[in-house]
Amino acid sequence: MSVLTPTMTSPEAAGARRALLERLHDWVVTVDHKRLGIMYVVAGFGFLVIAGAEATMMRVQLAWPGLHVVSPETFNRLFTMHGTTMVFLFGIPVVFGFGNYLVPLMIGARDLAFPRLNAFGFWAFLFGGLLLHFSVIGGDGLYGAGSAPAVGWFAYAPLTGRAFTPGNATDYWNLSILVTGIGTIATAVNLVTTTLTMRGPGMTLGRLPIFVWVMLTVSAMTLVILPPLSAAQIMLLLDRYLGAHFFDTQAGGSAVMWQHFFWFFGHPEVYVLMLPGFGFVSEIIPVFSRKVIFGYATIVAATVSIGAVSLSVWAHHMFAVGMGAPLNSFFALSTMLIAVPTGIKIFNWLATMYGGSLRFETPMLFCCAFLFQFLCAGLTGVMLGVAPFNWQLTDTYFVVAHFHFVLVGSLLFTIFAAIYYWFPKVTGRMLSERLGRWHFWLLVIGFNMTFITMHGQGVLGMPRRIYTYQADRGWEIWNLVTTLGVPLQIVAVLLFVVNVIVSLRSGQRAGDDPWDAWTLEWATTSPPPPYNFETVPVTTSRRPLWDLKHPDDPDGPHE
Amino acid sequence: MLCRAALTCGVIVALPALVAAADGQGPTPSIFAPVSTPAFAIREIAFFVLGITGAIFIVVAGVTLYTMVRYRRRADDSGSEPPQVYGSMRIELAWTVVPFLIVVVLFLVTARYIWGIERYPQPPGAVEVTIVGNQWWWEIRYPKLGIVTANELHVPVSDPARPTPTFITLESADVIHSFWVPQLAGKMDVIPNKTNRVWVDPTTPGTYVGQCAEYCGLQHALMLLIVVVHPREEFDRWVAAQQAVARDDPAASRGRELFASLACISCHTVRGTTANGVFGPDLTHLMSRWTIGAGAARNTPENLRAWVDDPSALKSGALMPAMKLSRRDLDTLTAYLVTLR
Repeated sequence: MSVLTPTMTSPEAAGARRALLERLHDWVVTVDHKRLGIMYVVAGFGFLVIAGAEATMMRVQLAWPGLHVVSPETFNRLFTMHGTTMVFLFGIPVVFGFGNYLVPLMIGARDLAFPRLNAFGFWAFLFGGLLLHFSVIGGDGLYGAGSAPAVGWFAYAPLTGRAFTPGNATDYWNLSILVTGIGTIATAVNLVTTTLTMRGPGMTLGRLPIFVWVMLTVSAMTLVILPPLSAAQIMLLLDRYLGAHFFDTQAGGSAVMWQHFFWFFGHPEVYVLMLPGFGFVSEIIPVFSRKVIFGYATIVAATVSIGAVSLSVWAHHMFAVGMGAPLNSFFALSTMLIAVPTGIKIFNWLATMYGGSLRFETPMLFCCAFLFQFLCAGLTGVMLGVAPFNWQLTDTYFVVAHFHFVLVGSLLFTIFAAIYYWFPKVTGRMLSERLGRWHFWLLVIGFNMTFITMHGQGVLGMPRRIYTYQADRGWEIWNLVTTLGVPLQIVAVLLFVVNVIVSLRSGQRAGDDPWDAWTLEWATTSPPPPYNFETVPVTTSRRPLWDLKHPDDPDGPHE
Repeated sequence: MLCRAALTCGVIVALPALVAAADGQGPTPSIFAPVSTPAFAIREIAFFVLGITGAIFIVVAGVTLYTMVRYRRRADDSGSEPPQVYGSMRIELAWTVVPFLIVVVLFLVTARYIWGIERYPQPPGAVEVTIVGNQWWWEIRYPKLGIVTANELHVPVSDPARPTPTFITLESADVIHSFWVPQLAGKMDVIPNKTNRVWVDPTTPGTYVGQCAEYCGLQHALMLLIVVVHPREEFDRWVAAQQAVARDDPAASRGRELFASLACISCHTVRGTTANGVFGPDLTHLMSRWTIGAGAARNTPENLRAWVDDPSALKSGALMPAMKLSRRDLDTLTAYLVTLR
């Protein structure tokens, strides 16, 4: 033996390496909704780190007037990549990743309806994301210096025409959106089908957890809004390469039409991202208040009506386009109407907490910060819906502040809440509460330093997307504070990463149901077996586990 | 919770600072320091909306804070679940109907302001201006007065008793830009193949700054606009000066010949000479303007010389090419340009 093997690795080491390769192989070929869900979220967070680094560079450049940290070209690429990455490569994959993981578990199914389609959707998304970032190498053609796209994340025509953006950078943006869009549509089809056809015994539509209702709504919305975006991308491709003139104003095309196409996707998209955040909160707040959700039917109705009304608000991004008084009035009205169902949700969450026994563990902390920050986001949203006020505020830092209150202060906070809440289910281990609190407080302080001040720059007349500004405008202090909030947020996210790594290795064992919760996913082991449930539990009410734990006072009669 | 309180305090502390900056007559283009009728109207509705949303914020944030404190789990918690409340049709109806009514009021007020500003009729004494957005500068034309200039809009002050507002037609030569001088009016986009209109009605003479507010490519940040609001007689004098053809200073004749022999004339116009290009700014009264390159630098002879030598040194990516002239030619040319007052 020893004579034959001195130059070979020991059998144990070879076995370990093969095991590692095999494990990797298992992840690559998997069609399991839980693994794909994890891969979506992990990949999404990878892109979050990239987009965060891009944002940091922009904030350093803008910390003081007249800095030359990055060139104008680079700055324009940074905000284009940051926006595109956050919306298409972080927001969408993470919320759909959670949907992937949780929907089958919550409805008592063994997998999604089309597991292979699910895997296809994930890989299409990942490939699209890599394609966008490949532009950094390939944007000007492989033999030129590379460049990322610099047309802004909503890529207004005719700036995207070949006359104004030669080279291939814009093409990478265009194709990347097209490819990730195909993946997202696949996942949306899958979630709708699964929710409608694969619910476990007793799981009627009226008993679906609110998160599942939310995913059903946003998946249906996705099927309505993404195809027009894909169509617009194909039209742009035709403009750029086959001499079509859809958006080519020099040949009589319409620049405004691109905006209608884009925002018909773009605004409902905000709700596609934010509704799942509402879904997380609607699952977490009841458990940490020890109370049933207040007004289940109203919250579901509010969710569906937000989805429906959001399809008619898109042109509030275009109040300054010169649409005329009648259209401006219509879109002001539809925009304000959205505030009604959104308000209902906030009131119902508060009513859920009211009279409860609130446990401020990390998931609940994130939910509480969300309540305040989302309130701000909603109210600045109403201000922006008032068209005349919007003529002053649009395309300034006020808008940047507003949508970061939505997408960071609300969505990212609820995503962190969701991770702290479901991490024990996914991995079988608890995340550290101590690190979690540090993560939470640093993020709250850093986030608010950065984004509360941004409202100020906007009101004082600072447009967005400028790489520098004049020293006499009175914007310096505001920008400095905005930038100073960034390091706190970076440390917070680093602590989160440390928390995940440490807890994966040595976190406290979670058990099946560490939060004493009520939905079906807590009825199986942590992590759940590949087939999810040994026997699919029979659902008797909206809180099947409450019924099991309180056989003397089941939910059913109250519903 | 402490942090939330600190946060609220922060907002309360920051607000006066914001208002102070807004009141200051400085170059800060605050939307809360209007000097023109549409901007006044917008501030009015903004305060109305801020009042409503502020009240909502205080009530909802207050209830949230109260709930968080009052119903936190106590040390003596028995561990039994609190009473389960499944909902209440009456309460939920209340917090559906009340916000709906607020929305109705807000919408009616909004519609009134939209119509009031957008449908404001043009009075007979109005000044008419056409502004053409270019990558990355503004061409400013007064079609009825026969004036073409760049990056500086001059308008007469408007007497509320006999208003002489300025009505601006917006066009774009290339991509989308947005016309925005916060103290005068809200934004209006400048879109190729689409003609937009906006009006200003300034009541206080002075100089106000604005800049392009829609991302338009590389130098979007350096597409500044200055608006000078003159008393009426001063405006008339400015008009007369701008209507004159370019001054023909014999001392700069060599420079003028050089200008006419170079590529300058294919892009620039100097009225009264053979130069009649239309791609770049009209230079007839170049030295009457404060900046070059739409705010890239102060308009001094040294900066002008540097600009002609290589515009990209002052504004990278500017579409004017570097002229690659000898030092002597540069001096000669600059000597001519500074006579264009």
